[in-house]
Amino acid sequence: MTLAIVDLDYGNIASIRHAFARLGVDAEVTADADALRAADRVVLPGVGAAGHAMARLRERDLADTIRALECPALGICLGMQLLFERTDENDIECLGLIPGRVRALQPAATRPIPHMGWSALSLPDPAAGLAAGDYVYFAHSFACPDGEATVARADYGEPIPAALRQGNWWAAQFHPERSGAAGARYLQAFLEWQP
Amino acid sequence: MPARRIIPCLDVKDGRVVKGVQFRDHRDVGDIVENATRYSAEGADELVFYDITASPEGRSVDTAWIERVSRVIDIPFAVAGGIRDLATAEAVLEAGADKVSVNSPALARPELIDELAAAFGAQCVVIGVDSMREEGGYRVWRNTGDPERSDEAGRLTLDWLREATRRGAGEVVLNCMRKDGVRDGYDCEHLQEVVAAVTVPVIASGGAGAPRHFREAFEHGASGALAATVFHDRLIAIPDLKQDLLANGIEVRP
Repeated sequence: MTLAIVDLDYGNIASIRHAFARLGVDAEVTADADALRAADRVVLPGVGAAGHAMARLRERDLADTIRALECPALGICLGMQLLFERTDENDIECLGLIPGRVRALQPAATRPIPHMGWSALSLPDPAAGLAAGDYVYFAHSFACPDGEATVARADYGEPIPAALRQGNWWAAQFHPERSGAAGARYLQAFLEWQP
Repeated sequence: MPARRIIPCLDVKDGRVVKGVQFRDHRDVGDIVENATRYSAEGADELVFYDITASPEGRSVDTAWIERVSRVIDIPFAVAGGIRDLATAEAVLEAGADKVSVNSPALARPELIDELAAAFGAQCVVIGVDSMREEGGYRVWRNTGDPERSDEAGRLTLDWLREATRRGAGEVVLNCMRKDGVRDGYDCEHLQEVVAAVTVPVIASGGAGAPRHFREAFEHGASGALAATVFHDRLIAIPDLKQDLLANGIEVRP
């Protein structure tokens, strides 16, 4: 299997590459459109700021390539948020594969922002290796709209879509590459998924 | 709040894990990857690595061991020490770290925080602060990795943390210096005022000696509690600690 990780320059690309390596898959980190189109699986990563990431995708003429992917693809954290139409972060237009706007989380007395740490899933997704009561690792200040695509959910003063599916896309707001055994099961399920 | 985090802190000096008392007299406690693997397996929620020689000596953190750690563990980790520009932070993240933590270099040039947050997002940028109680309140110290060079930075801790988080730091590690390695409890009074002063998660550091100290830190608003001595010396086992916290009604990751 060929697994391509979209090279955004900045971001947690190594930690994702290392997580797939632990599952026995050597990922190629690339910004080449042909390599992305030829891959069996594509990962859109993201630690980073949305403005930087979208600018990178446009500079490299990759936005259309990513929109047109037909293979199973996985967005992680910012990579999930970029699938929506717009984001509050830098108020920019994103890829627009899923309707809705990504919004900034608002801090409260017992809810510091970013939402950072391990939260339990209130809605699990057993088909993706996520069981009820699993804790997964989040680190985000912006959250996707909770809609029809949501398949797993956490709560942080409001429902936080933790994972979604739409067409050939999976996406996770949490970091499966840093979510212990639950995260590894999720990545394995993505590798095995046949749409 | 998410589950409260238990965070072993690994001080790194010349490629080995070391531990001192009140930032002096460092002794060797082992190999970096072996320690990271052990803590991850025992249920640590996150790790912090401080390259304690990097900042005072004016050099940057070495990235080879970061990549070795990232390959083997599946929990998040932050790296601190000598990160004074975007290029260094990028190298640290590219090696597989999840967050960068800045302390002395941010005091020398606060704009560093803005630059890091713009490039990587606030969730990636930790502000570490070494705080000491003095006449007129808690004040910030810098270059604390080297007793010969460390001095007071000329700022009140609360003022500095308000500024640092306004500039984009997404987490605070509050290290109370007189508590470091002493094991008589976190400085909960100071912790509480810092939690009230900022809207980002605050990690307590310095003073953990018993399970009840972790409990107290969480009851005073800490999102995580960092410790070194009690874990390195195996005085507290992380599974036992989590059991104790759960029994006292504090949410932790089982």
